Amino acid sequence: MNLGVKIGKLKLKNPVMVASGTWGAEYGELYDINKLGAIVLKTITLEERTGNPSPRVCETASGMLNSIGLENKGVEDFINNKLPKLRGAKTHVIASIAGSGKNEFKELARRLSRCERVNALELNLSCPNISYGSGEDLIAHNEKAVYEVVKAVKRSTGLTIITKLSPNVTDIKVFAKAAEAGGSDAIALTNTFIGMAVDINTKKPMLGNVTGGLSGPAVKPLSLRAVWEASKAIDIPIIGIGGIMDYRDAVEFMLCGASAIQVGTANFVNPRAPVEIIKGLEEYLKKKNINSVSKLIGAVKLG
Amino acid sequence: MRQLKAEILSNKKVGSGFYRMKLGENYLAKITRAGQFVEVRCSSGAETLLRRPLGVHRIWPDGIEMLYEVVGKGTALLSEKKAGEKLDMIGPLGNGFDTDLASDINILVAGGIGVAPLTALAENLRARQNKKVHVMIGARTRSHIMCKEEFKSLGCSVKISTDDGSRGYKGFATELLINLLATCKPETYLPQFRRVMVYACGPMEMLRAVRAITLKRGIPCQVSLEERMACGVGVCLGCPVKMKTGGYKMVCKDGPVFNTEDLAW
Repeated sequence: MNLGVKIGKLKLKNPVMVASGTWGAEYGELYDINKLGAIVLKTITLEERTGNPSPRVCETASGMLNSIGLENKGVEDFINNKLPKLRGAKTHVIASIAGSGKNEFKELARRLSRCERVNALELNLSCPNISYGSGEDLIAHNEKAVYEVVKAVKRSTGLTIITKLSPNVTDIKVFAKAAEAGGSDAIALTNTFIGMAVDINTKKPMLGNVTGGLSGPAVKPLSLRAVWEASKAIDIPIIGIGGIMDYRDAVEFMLCGASAIQVGTANFVNPRAPVEIIKGLEEYLKKKNINSVSKLIGAVKLG
Repeated sequence: MRQLKAEILSNKKVGSGFYRMKLGENYLAKITRAGQFVEVRCSSGAETLLRRPLGVHRIWPDGIEMLYEVVGKGTALLSEKKAGEKLDMIGPLGNGFDTDLASDINILVAGGIGVAPLTALAENLRARQNKKVHVMIGARTRSHIMCKEEFKSLGCSVKISTDDGSRGYKGFATELLINLLATCKPETYLPQFRRVMVYACGPMEMLRAVRAITLKRGIPCQVSLEERMACGVGVCLGCPVKMKTGGYKMVCKDGPVFNTEDLAW
């Protein structure tokens, strides 16, 4: 049985990745990380960012809101201290990057392309907790900006590029097409949905940043629809993200057009979720007598 | 740390809204230190999605015990669990109290459910190091006073305060702390002698007050902080605390115990 899939130049041993910001080498104490299809690391920026004030997380019905704010120690620390820890990992390592404009994205791509342990780049154009540059809005909310950032990165790296888009837009197809036109090898759908929660006793928002990104099972149907819509508009692979808790969720995303999936919030709920999903996929394929996981991609039956 | 399914040995109501849960688990019994915590899953569905961090209250030869207060949906579900059921948990997590530098006089200040991790600490200080331990317990009212007898049986001297004066001193545990320190000879707590150490766990306002009291007198102080968490292992960066040196540290991984002099409060 073949669990392998291809994303750009990356040949994944299975379609299960862990999503940016939800995974750390700490989980290596709980399971063998070499089983994962790929690891997407926490988003890094050129300079260190301290992130947003507390409280940064809160639980909502079947989901969680976060407003971390891309806390990270910057690209130099990443190269010197984070990457070496994954030197021996026998799985693909994908660096997630965010810049305030195309020049910063280019610079990050340029520096990371020289790192042996970085196998691909995920462009985080869509973190809902920070605004980019002088603009009020996210790059992922402006199709021209998406196109330009992807194009600029494409010119400065030979690595596979995955563009992570925002679901907080009117028509996801437009943005998926812009990423494809810019030269992205794949797109990742979706980042978190902007949300809010209020403590009725204190009458204060539950998050220090007032609004934050909603993730978890609550968003799964919304993300699934985005993947389905985008898959009809573009030819490059899609990586499905959004409330994937078990192999059934993963299969749904693949049937709707995803070539691979990322596990996010589920890592917090059950750190072993990604490896359980891989096992579940295998058993599902066996049971359905399907010899290759890629046969699931876009195989949803309509009517 | 491990992710494991620990058997619930007992889960009993012990006061208004307070529960004690004992778990049989040799691994946790062997390696857990006072001040560490576990992340427990309160339901297997998405009803309460995130794990809840619970401080370890006692460390027994065959397992650990938690003392928790029902404050929301998660802890309410937890209180319904029965002996014999398995609880999905990750632990032990966090750094725990630093007792290597345990002083001759150790003062524990507990506010509300903050008594939970301080009991394990008192046991460590008494049983392993035979240190003098004073405990100040602050509670809202009489029925909320927890662990008094446990501290006493460990050989600690215990003072009680209640907000409404229904038992012990009427006022806050921090006032008991001020009173106790007033009876100490200056040479016992002058910074150069470092013979007094204060450990505190409780509401944020109480911890801030304890910090101010100890800082003013140059007494070292460790506080155990509470914060909303998602992962509990330092991955999500959801539980920040601002540090004096700039930036944040994570309550889950770098704490939950911090030296107050390091915090930017």
